[in-house]
Amino acid sequence: MPRKTQVQATINGEPMDFLCEPRQSLLEILRDIIGLTGTKEGCNDGNCGACTVILDGRVVTSCLVLGVEVEGCEITTIEGIAIGHTLHPIQQAFLENAALQCGVCTPGFIVASKALLDENPNPTEEEIRFWLANNLCRCTGYDKIVRAVQAAAATLQETTA
Amino acid sequence: MSTTSHEPNMVLVNEEFDVVGTRPIRHDGVDKVTGRALYGADHDTVGMLHGSILRSPHAHARIVSIDTSKAEALTGVFAVVTGQDLPETNAGTMVDTGGGNVDLKYLRENILARDKALYRGHAVAAVAASSLHIANEAAALIEVEYEVLEYVGSALDGMKKDAPLLHDDLKTNELGEKTDEPSNVATHFQFSKGDLEKGFEEADVAVEREFENVTVHQGYLEPQVATALWNEDGRLHIWCSTQGSFVVRGACSKILDLPVSQIRVVPMEIGGGFGGKLDVYQEPVAALLSKKTGRAVKIVMTRADVFEGTGPAPASHIKVKIGAKKDGTITAAQAYLAYEAGAFPGSPVGAAGMTVFAAYDVENIVVDGYDVVVNKPKSAAYRAPGAPNAAFAAEQVIDEIARALEIDPIDFRLQNAAKEGTRRVDGPAYPRIGCVEVLEAMKNHPHYKSPIEGPNRGRGVGIGFWFNIGFPSSCTIMVNDDGTVNLVEGSTDIGGTRASIAMQAAEVLGIAAEDVCPTVVDTDSIGYTSFTAGSRTTFATGWAAYEAANDIKRQMIERAAKIWEVDADAVEFENGVFKSENGSTLSMNFKELAGKLGATGGPIVGRAAVNPRHAGGSFAGNIVDVEVDPETGKVEILRFTVVQDAGKAIHPSYVEGQMQGGSVQGIGWALNEEYYMDDQGRMANTSLLDYRMPTSLDVPMIDTVIVEVANPGHPYGVRGVGEANIIPTTPTIANAIHDATGLRMQRLPMNPGAIMEAAWNQRK
Repeated sequence: MPRKTQVQATINGEPMDFLCEPRQSLLEILRDIIGLTGTKEGCNDGNCGACTVILDGRVVTSCLVLGVEVEGCEITTIEGIAIGHTLHPIQQAFLENAALQCGVCTPGFIVASKALLDENPNPTEEEIRFWLANNLCRCTGYDKIVRAVQAAAATLQETTA
Repeated sequence: MSTTSHEPNMVLVNEEFDVVGTRPIRHDGVDKVTGRALYGADHDTVGMLHGSILRSPHAHARIVSIDTSKAEALTGVFAVVTGQDLPETNAGTMVDTGGGNVDLKYLRENILARDKALYRGHAVAAVAASSLHIANEAAALIEVEYEVLEYVGSALDGMKKDAPLLHDDLKTNELGEKTDEPSNVATHFQFSKGDLEKGFEEADVAVEREFENVTVHQGYLEPQVATALWNEDGRLHIWCSTQGSFVVRGACSKILDLPVSQIRVVPMEIGGGFGGKLDVYQEPVAALLSKKTGRAVKIVMTRADVFEGTGPAPASHIKVKIGAKKDGTITAAQAYLAYEAGAFPGSPVGAAGMTVFAAYDVENIVVDGYDVVVNKPKSAAYRAPGAPNAAFAAEQVIDEIARALEIDPIDFRLQNAAKEGTRRVDGPAYPRIGCVEVLEAMKNHPHYKSPIEGPNRGRGVGIGFWFNIGFPSSCTIMVNDDGTVNLVEGSTDIGGTRASIAMQAAEVLGIAAEDVCPTVVDTDSIGYTSFTAGSRTTFATGWAAYEAANDIKRQMIERAAKIWEVDADAVEFENGVFKSENGSTLSMNFKELAGKLGATGGPIVGRAAVNPRHAGGSFAGNIVDVEVDPETGKVEILRFTVVQDAGKAIHPSYVEGQMQGGSVQGIGWALNEEYYMDDQGRMANTSLLDYRMPTSLDVPMIDTVIVEVANPGHPYGVRGVGEANIIPTTPTIANAIHDATGLRMQRLPMNPGAIMEAAWNQRK
């Protein structure tokens, strides 16, 4: 078994350290070592987006990042999206718009949508569709997801206005 | 992609209720938007090992020998199993796992190959190790000697006289009679009514075309996963992602030769299924490894395993001929359906035969169906299994005849539409159905009335039918002293059914949807409940909840009568309030009475087990506008409307979700999706990059119209809505492409290459 490396990173605002084999992905670290199983594995080759997290402000698929690469990084996962005991407006909008069916792609969509609205608070439908094209959903046909992101953007605009 | 304007989603309501028909937030919603919901892969237990499955690299090969010694010697490896670890079986031992009658030999051999590997991806051996990485390393150290055989790549190849045989013991069931010669054709059946020859003689126009469907996959985002713990007391516990915990229990019982009482299946949250998570794959393998090691063993499929080792929807070869009079009456229809079963018998060709002409009232029909084994993974159910292939053929021929007769394609369908009393070719006469209402809603839709303008643009329409199923469901409801209830059920919630089931109980009890707390439990904790499939869950488990709530209502009325010292007959319950009179007016709402239960005789529990029969079929129709790029052949969906009869939409948002999801799966099936098979019978595109399902950028908003023609076979009129919506999509897009280009596409997918090839052939 390969030797493990100690890695320190900030995950959902909390400083953490963990031991990591060189071959372990960030997805494995989050799920199997840290126990944050909200980040899902759908393909393990970067094509489905279910494992999407925000790494130092960038949207990444955590299956394509090695655990040893995140030394000193800040990571936001689905578990870090709600604000204390209150759902984030994106999470609330997903519920109100019935934007999930099985729900397994939902964490990835919500994390990706958070990064989108952080960067572009008022996206067009096409900009939403373009941004979210990294994330596959097989249940909804995307209609209600796009509408949820539009609704969340409107809510966030109101609260910041 | 396009951002064309769209009509708001419409619900053509037939009857109003207090809770049924509203749109509450689903009960499991918060867990699923915060990442807290636990799916199959999220389950861990102390001391758990990880399993890895070695799969055949060949489409068809005899297994000469398996040497597991190097794998067993690797540090961290605890056990290795092969097909020899499963009980040996004689062919022809039929068993019912709860998912239908199957041959036990085939059921076992699909779990772990024994003498032959029958498809690339067929499981051959498995390893349990302390980590997944070690398990994968060990699996690669297993040495298998294969004698590679000629493979069968399609139904038509498999039907040839000199085709290589997959199974020496498989003999054709020819129109109900077993034949003597081994063959790849498992079954040939025929449905017929009327006089086909006479029907075609009466026709002024007849069109016959042939169509090819290729292999596609359900494409659920969560790969199959199972953790098994075979306890020292002899009980086997399985945590898995499944559409049917009782079906997993039944199948594992047969495969492992263990009574169902010794098996407990815990259904974790499921990440999509679409029919693909009805069969067991790695569950029995994890169980065997657990038995050998005395530890829990978890096996998670890779995406490539999912493509190569689990059920695709079958490829098929279909011929359809339809004849009609000048006045638009269809006089005769004939279909030849050859479906790939995959490596073991059991394609959905029967359902294809039932549905191919089901939308039409035609006097003279003959349908011939062939179930053919080929060297591909055993086909599994996929959303209205079998029907989309058949509709791709039939709905295009219908379109062609309507054009030939110069009749509007919706009017042509309306003129021949199936109605109450119409007898389907497979026997049953329809009860009240919504075929006409769906077609009328399509005709009246602003989308259909709007002009389609511009070069290379076209519009298509199509319709599809799915019969839906009933099957058993159980439900228990407990009353809490604060006036809420806890509802226990056994149906995997794949898309909001906790809500749609809880709402039916809430309606009976006169309480809010939020006052029902639904939980999906394991097979030890609820009565038998069939799978979440066949569009049955809201229909049948919802009905069980309705009956369990009525059981509560009856007991609550008795309790109120006891408290008031009146006859139970003298207590009324309306809008959540119990009322009676004993000189003065007596009244208690559900919450008040719930608070008195402890002191007046104890808790109240309602229960019900149902096995409803009259699922009432559902019709769905599409209107689709496309633009075809003449330079590249790329098809863009400009506008998409889906209409479906829901009977009664319990939660309209999740009904719309089913319709939109089915439509986009249909778009993927129509335009992109395909197993690319190489010349050795191997799938060449086993990733989600190369097996390209629609992304958000590939599709527009999907406009919906929910039609409500109440199902007389359900207390709220529910018809299942999970499946019919995918059926019309591939032919509707094909019809739109024809309208835009004049090309009649007879093979899926209609990707740019296929469109350009058809265009070149047209120019020749």
